[in-house]
Amino acid sequence: MTGWLATLGARGIDSLRAFGRAGVFLVGVLTGTPRPIAGLPLLVRQLYSIGVLSLAIIVVSGLFIGMVLGLQGYTILSDFGSEDAIGQMIALTLVRELGPVVTALLFAGRAGSALTAEIGLMKATEQLSSMEMMGVDPLRRIVAPRLWGGFIAMPLLALIFSVAGIWGGMMVGVEWLGVFEGVFWSNMQASVSFWDDVVNGIIKSIVFGFVCSWIAVFQGYDCVPTSAGISSATTKTVVYSSLAVLGLDFVLTAVMFGNF
Amino acid sequence: MNQRAIEIIVGLFMVAGFAALLFLALQVSGLSPTAAGSTYTVSARFNDAGGLAPRGKVSMAGVTVGTISAIELDTNTYQARVTMRIDATVDNIPTDSAAIIRTSGLLGGQYVDISVGADEEYMQDGDAFYATQSAMNLERIISNFASGK
Amino acid sequence: MSSASYISLQDVVFSRGSRRIFDGVTLDIPRGKITAIMGPSGTGKTTLLRLIGGQLKPDSGEIVVAGEPVHRLKRKALYLLREKMGMLFQSGALFTDLSVFENVAFPLRVHTRLPDDMIRDIVLMKLEAVGLRGARDLMPSELSGGMTRRIALARSIALDPELIMYDEPFAGQDPVAMGVLVKLIRDLNSTMGLTSVLVSHDVPESLGICHYAFIIADGRVIGEGTPDDLRQHPSAQVQQFLHGDPDGPVPFHYPAPAQTSDWALHGGRP
Repeated sequence: MTGWLATLGARGIDSLRAFGRAGVFLVGVLTGTPRPIAGLPLLVRQLYSIGVLSLAIIVVSGLFIGMVLGLQGYTILSDFGSEDAIGQMIALTLVRELGPVVTALLFAGRAGSALTAEIGLMKATEQLSSMEMMGVDPLRRIVAPRLWGGFIAMPLLALIFSVAGIWGGMMVGVEWLGVFEGVFWSNMQASVSFWDDVVNGIIKSIVFGFVCSWIAVFQGYDCVPTSAGISSATTKTVVYSSLAVLGLDFVLTAVMFGNF
Repeated sequence: MNQRAIEIIVGLFMVAGFAALLFLALQVSGLSPTAAGSTYTVSARFNDAGGLAPRGKVSMAGVTVGTISAIELDTNTYQARVTMRIDATVDNIPTDSAAIIRTSGLLGGQYVDISVGADEEYMQDGDAFYATQSAMNLERIISNFASGK
Repeated sequence: MSSASYISLQDVVFSRGSRRIFDGVTLDIPRGKITAIMGPSGTGKTTLLRLIGGQLKPDSGEIVVAGEPVHRLKRKALYLLREKMGMLFQSGALFTDLSVFENVAFPLRVHTRLPDDMIRDIVLMKLEAVGLRGARDLMPSELSGGMTRRIALARSIALDPELIMYDEPFAGQDPVAMGVLVKLIRDLNSTMGLTSVLVSHDVPESLGICHYAFIIADGRVIGEGTPDDLRQHPSAQVQQFLHGDPDGPVPFHYPAPAQTSDWALHGGRP
């Protein structure tokens, strides 16, 4: 019993220490980002590997999710004879929830794990150490562009995801199931508010982008520099990012949409 | 791949992102660039606001002319005070017009319909409707019908 | 501390977790000479280099490099000092996403504002010095282990440092590659007057090129002197290390319970 308690306590203290390290790490990264001109090519390169290379998975997933929403929505709404509301349902679901959340989950799996593995491998092969010994701060040179890259790429990816989803939903609803196109769009426009729905969705994805990138780069930087350590850090990135995204989504939704 | 090509591709990516934002703003949420700003506020008191909600629409003859900005309880009269923002282009609502809560379809959402009056004077910012008609309460109608009243 | 010493460590104590790695190490590394630091695996030789480079901080004691107390320097001053240091890591630690040329150019691009054609000339000069000018367009994954180390060496001398530290430069090299590295280390020291610190457990090669050597074991310096001094050293532990005897003051057996209680068939525990 006491052994069990001691283990629990030790685990708690370890997690607390990891949180502390993550915080110190973040301060180090954020305070170490002057010289924006010199850092710009690095940032662009990260935007390419984080953002552009994730584009395919984002667009394809968005399209399919939109199509599924169209089909499911039609089946349910036609029971009430209100299949005209399908556009509004698809758009609200995507813009408020699925766009930011699914993008963040895909991002954690596609880009986050790659970031962790890349930084972890750099650590294992002493590239980070050698950079430090050359008088170059790896937090500034390696970590900061990746953090900012994820932070900028996520909202853009989420927006593209939502548009792809709405387009997929329209294909199913309008082209296939025969909802009148004008009604589809006008119902959507009547119920989606730019400031309350679209902007809140963007705020969500900005928060997710920051959290996912932070987790990914920290896990890479903090990993045990062995092959087992890198693999466990990669797993942790995906697990922690997903949990953080879903948990934060609840909190943000409660704050944004909870009071009516 | 060289830096130049990467910069171009990333540029395209950013443009695609902002285009998506524009699409969501204009096509999905129907935000029109001129809509902001030019509205005026009127209010109406209802005995029962029913399922009316903020951001619901206000229409005349079936055309949307404004949105509901707030619904609150007037603690003096125990009525619901509904505040509406009407497009400034619709500046000739007669003062004896009535605000009626209607339901779109059998199960649809509720909205405020303005039934036009005949007065020569028009409503100004801050004015209130004298004539109102509260939400139709389906349960009450059914119970009235059942008890034969 | 003599004026001739470039690096000086005074009573340095360092532990990792509960394990004490250095327990009062004192040594002076002379300027412009090749100094070898030898010792069995796991004695923290690499840790020593990291202490000198300021990547780790000692629990107590003084570490002075080029007249500056490394462990007390502010971040900025430390990074400035590091521009005077080169370090050759065991794995080479080349940046895998950059070509050989860009790897060597990296410190120049970061720390100087030189125009591109001048950087090109310097990089090719450094590559020429390690005999790999022709390999400039290869990627690190296309290099052999020996070439990787030579490129890494070219990179660590790109800024013409005053000090260069070699972490196990000979480990895992074939005889030819090893011969090349020995020659390079010696040439760099004699032509550029670099202070060189060499950490290794390859006794013959290290003693063959160094001017001065330290032997570290069990967290302290157990022997020091010129290669000839060490070969005559009275300590049995030093002699065992130099000759590679399987048994001696460092026992062949890892500490274990008495044999009679360990074998199952002789009446010990099942």
